[in-house]
Amino acid sequence: MQSRESQSWGRYPHATPHNILDVAWPRDVDVANQSETLLAYGLGRSYGDVCLNDGGTILRMSHCDRVLGFDTQTGRIRAESGLSIADLLAIVIQHGWFVPVTPGTKYVTLGGAVANDIHGKNHHRVGTFGCHVVGFEVVRSDGSCKVCTQAENSDLFAATIGGLGLTGLITWVEIQLQRISSRLINEESLKVGSLKEVVAAIEESDAVWDYTVSWIDVTQTGAYMGRGLVLRGAFSSVPDLTLHLKPAKPLITIPMNAPQWLLSRPTIRVFNSLWYNRQQSRVKSRLIDLEPFFYPLDSIAQWNLLYGKRGMLQYQCVVPSSGGVEVMHEILKVMQRGKVSSFLAVVKKFGNIASPGLMSFPIPGLTLTLDMPNTGQRLFETLDRCDELVLQAGGRVYAAKDARVRGETFRAMYPQLPSFIPFIDPAFSSSFWRRIQSDH
Amino acid sequence: MRLDVSTMVIIGATSAIAHGVARLYAERGITFFLVGRNEEHLRAMASDLVARGAKGANVYIADLRMRDVHADIVRQSLADLGTVDVVFIAHGTMPDQRELNTDVDATLDCFMTNAVSIVSISHRYATALEAQGSGSLVVLSSVAGERGRQSNYTYGSAKAAVTAYYSGLRARLAPKGVHVLTVKPGPVDTPMTSGLAMPLKATVGVVASDIARGIDKRVNVLYTPGVWRLVMAVVRALPESIFMKLKF
Repeated sequence: MQSRESQSWGRYPHATPHNILDVAWPRDVDVANQSETLLAYGLGRSYGDVCLNDGGTILRMSHCDRVLGFDTQTGRIRAESGLSIADLLAIVIQHGWFVPVTPGTKYVTLGGAVANDIHGKNHHRVGTFGCHVVGFEVVRSDGSCKVCTQAENSDLFAATIGGLGLTGLITWVEIQLQRISSRLINEESLKVGSLKEVVAAIEESDAVWDYTVSWIDVTQTGAYMGRGLVLRGAFSSVPDLTLHLKPAKPLITIPMNAPQWLLSRPTIRVFNSLWYNRQQSRVKSRLIDLEPFFYPLDSIAQWNLLYGKRGMLQYQCVVPSSGGVEVMHEILKVMQRGKVSSFLAVVKKFGNIASPGLMSFPIPGLTLTLDMPNTGQRLFETLDRCDELVLQAGGRVYAAKDARVRGETFRAMYPQLPSFIPFIDPAFSSSFWRRIQSDH
Repeated sequence: MRLDVSTMVIIGATSAIAHGVARLYAERGITFFLVGRNEEHLRAMASDLVARGAKGANVYIADLRMRDVHADIVRQSLADLGTVDVVFIAHGTMPDQRELNTDVDATLDCFMTNAVSIVSISHRYATALEAQGSGSLVVLSSVAGERGRQSNYTYGSAKAAVTAYYSGLRARLAPKGVHVLTVKPGPVDTPMTSGLAMPLKATVGVVASDIARGIDKRVNVLYTPGVWRLVMAVVRALPESIFMKLKF
């Protein structure tokens, strides 16, 4: 028991929990008898404050990483909620299995994947992580210990998927893995000249490819606005022995906060141009390992320190398919007027598969993600204007990435909120949750 | 060089360090005999090791403060595993010295767990491995056993007893082909040490891989992380008149 600062990946906002408990065994937590509110914390890869609990108690779950059962024939795995996808892959790939849904980093826990109902490059094919969850156990402060599946405690199942850790302590998670016969990915990269073309290329790719994502250059204006690279891939179906290779470890570690000029408007602009022009041909194909394909940034440990001590913000929104491109254009224009530069802006199209999660973020439509140095007031005002555009279009922002959305805006974006609230365990809370309940 | 290990007994198997070491050997497809107090935890650990590649993992539930179970643990593990390649004795507790200062029963309890039970179990396995003519006997001691610090001297003196006992055991068993390893970790970031301000806290991963290397290379005394060998050389050299004034 002590006071330490805890951080999310964006390193903004700052929070000082009253207690940080290192949990050795999930059932050891006396959920019912705590004087402060609780929040489980995995690897801190969410960007804003969904994993923070200022003044409350943080339950560090990363020691709870035991595999409770793995059927190598059926691909069902049950593990404690603190197991990371990185560790899970080290166990399952050699048996020809892969996670059905993975985010852009493998350093997330199963509990975090459920609580944020994460998505990946294959959303258009398989939906969110929650779509592949067979079940989990939630310990509640009323002393109950509930196993939740589609059939059993199905309402708590739905509330906990995407429930931001507020419905109780997730002790274990069981998921259905996906079959692979190789670690290798057939990857194609298309170079396209504008946002409209990017979206057209995504739509065409989604029909054929399992994994699609695109990177766009948001520093360009006019006709080149949103030029970018569309990346598409699929696991190689050629059986091979690479399945037995060990997963990669980070190649380098950023040792400390970088100075602010490193990621400033001019350098970001140069970086974006270099990135775009790195590829000369219109189409580039290659066969690559799954690690650089899914987790390119994991090779640089603590890359978030590149943004310096002010930290960074990530903004991710989704707008429904109808009129998506126009709204994206408007958002990019607002960003440019606000002199916001993004290091990597990512565009993806969510498919129609609905998540079982009540508060799940993805809806069918275009999603845009931007990483920005936290430059303060002006950036916040610009993002508020983006929120208005998103809300008007019937879209929403992603809580796992958020550090600043106004409470009333968030509540309007998620009209299902009133039906979620009854499932919140009164012993649990987070900085995010308290923030979006207030109007200031 | 990798030692050929195919069976391992772990006493106090649910501790974070023991589990870390066990995971490294699970990947080699070995068979475990796991001893601990909490059945649910032991079963979770056994399934974890099997998922990570272990050929098998039997569990034995016991309160190690009860001396009468020690003989049965040794007998049962030999019956289950046949040949025992590694015995890793890793159980222990670290009570708050301030509470022990006013409680002689808790002090003796700490000694019972951290010294007497370890000697009792080690003595029996030493006989078994001696008869077998092979194997490694590995104990988790501590840098705390090198000098009695006022903030932790009961735990430290129990570890000192273990260290000295193992030193003699090593000399006795070496000619019989039995390897004896004394592991002296510095502070490790585990739930047991959560919230305690400690210098140079190492991760379980680093300590576990050091221990596995110590077993494979038949090291006698292992400081982990290695920097503690130097730190403790300095601490041992301090005159008592100065050492007794240190608050740490």
